[in-house]
Amino acid sequence: MTTQPEKVITRNWGKPSSHTLLEYQRAGGYVGLKKALALTPAQITDEVKRSNLRGRGGAGFPTGLKWSFVPKDNSKPKYLAVNADESEPGTFKDRYIMEYDPHMMLEGIAIAAYSLDVHTCYIYIRGEFKLQAERVDAAIREAYQAGIFGKTMLGKDFALDCYLVRGAGAYICGEETALLESLEGKKGWPRLKPPFPAVVGLFGSPTVVNNVETLASLPHILDRGAAWYAGLGTDKSGGTRLVCLSGSVNRPGVYEISLATTVKELIESKEFGQGMPPGRKVKAVIPGGSSAPVLAANELDVALEFEALKAKQNMAGSGGVIVMDDATCMVRSLWRVARFYAEESCGQCTPCREGTAWQTRILRKIEEGRGEPGDVDILLGVATAIAPFPPIGLGNTICALGDAAALPTHSFVARFRDEFEAHITEHKCPFGDRPWGHYGEGRA
Amino acid sequence: MVSPFFTPEEQGRFDRELSEVLGHYPADRKSAAMLPALHLLQSLKGWLPPEGLRLVAERLEVSPARAYEVATFYVMFHTVKPGKYVVDVCTNLSCSLRGAETLLRHLEQKLSLKSGDANEKFTLRETECLASCGTAPCLQINEDHYESLTLQKVDELFARLP
Repeated sequence: MTTQPEKVITRNWGKPSSHTLLEYQRAGGYVGLKKALALTPAQITDEVKRSNLRGRGGAGFPTGLKWSFVPKDNSKPKYLAVNADESEPGTFKDRYIMEYDPHMMLEGIAIAAYSLDVHTCYIYIRGEFKLQAERVDAAIREAYQAGIFGKTMLGKDFALDCYLVRGAGAYICGEETALLESLEGKKGWPRLKPPFPAVVGLFGSPTVVNNVETLASLPHILDRGAAWYAGLGTDKSGGTRLVCLSGSVNRPGVYEISLATTVKELIESKEFGQGMPPGRKVKAVIPGGSSAPVLAANELDVALEFEALKAKQNMAGSGGVIVMDDATCMVRSLWRVARFYAEESCGQCTPCREGTAWQTRILRKIEEGRGEPGDVDILLGVATAIAPFPPIGLGNTICALGDAAALPTHSFVARFRDEFEAHITEHKCPFGDRPWGHYGEGRA
Repeated sequence: MVSPFFTPEEQGRFDRELSEVLGHYPADRKSAAMLPALHLLQSLKGWLPPEGLRLVAERLEVSPARAYEVATFYVMFHTVKPGKYVVDVCTNLSCSLRGAETLLRHLEQKLSLKSGDANEKFTLRETECLASCGTAPCLQINEDHYESLTLQKVDELFARLP
């Protein structure tokens, strides 16, 4: 059984006033930045590459490699955009970094900016994060007063301005080019790529977009070294990882795990989920936010790690692990997930705009007992029109929201087709018409 | 005589905060301040009245249609005057697995509103994931967030609303 590794990102969580500069510095904060400022920008990028840090927003792209795509010979200003638009269903880790330890992210911003020769950073935080925005805003003010941001950086002749921008409720703005559109004051319509943001990003300038947890990892890499960080992980992915456990499990929450931890261990371990509610068995688990394919109960011996899940045609995604028990209707679950993508489709690409709405209508029809023979195949046809399965790069849309909407459909039907067909032959939901789910303690 | 859209105090705050925000962007990119400007307008008026959208567009040197386009894209912006309290109940998967549907039905009865409808005092909506899956179910009233809810906690919460 894998045990909880050394806490890196979550080391200060739960301590009083952990969000203040004073407490952050007491716990060793801004030492990584001091060490970074003694290096050249290129040395920092090399260190990040050697650490095997991979983006924690969902795609898992190597961070150092992403940075290296920024052209060196470009005369335009460069920007850093922080993706704090955490909205993937089942994901709730970045909010706690910003609540409990905003300076860890800000220190990462300072390190990244110095390495990338960026003098302006925008933190794009989702509009619903009121407390988190207040904490980050206060931390930014402290960082200016402490001479970390502003005209110089800890005494070094390096200027960095950092601004907090609130979103206003749109999942799509977590897609990095939609985020840039929103930062430019527009509706969040993703851009066609290439060019990638590293070359043509915010205001037409080279821009690096990094996730909150990714940036919060940098201070530790610079403080304790790339080799130490890489050693915490696997061959291809360094560090620990935050996962968010939710749904039908005894102890939901954010856990910092080693990359060898399996889905099953996360649910059952005393240190993490502490098993299923009394009388319940696992039926299915979504391992990487609602965009990831679902796993059946016999597939849970897989590590919550990029390569291991990829080998199973799944994805580690944003770390949102959602557990469904044996009283859960899979049609109803998929219908709710499908509604989310229909609601959040930006409307730009026809396959996604129309397909997500069709998926929702068909699933509703089946769940309400009005399904007809052949409906499940029509559903799969609609999903395939948005994005084929198994995925071959991006589907038929500009951004990955289309894939995210189609993957759950393919994977739910592949594993639970009998349940879908039972709704049709019985002309009703076999789980009944009652509201689903139960309340936290003393659940039914 | 038509009364001005903003009171003098509101006008002062609008001018002061907007000019500060404009300083965060390149001089030729005023329109980038659209989201902050709309948040500011909504914090002053409780929603985004058409006249306010025209003023924002004028200040950011874009067409009123552009301001309206952005305002209608994002669910937090209200282009129709909502109830005094906008109640957003998350019913996404993690919350539904922990009773969000029961919570929503309870609120529909309590407020005598169907989800999606509004009266003077309340707008009741289902909303998408609010990143409280570990403390589900959850809801939001205007911009304030409430987690780990039970029906009893919700009743107490609504009893406290002025």
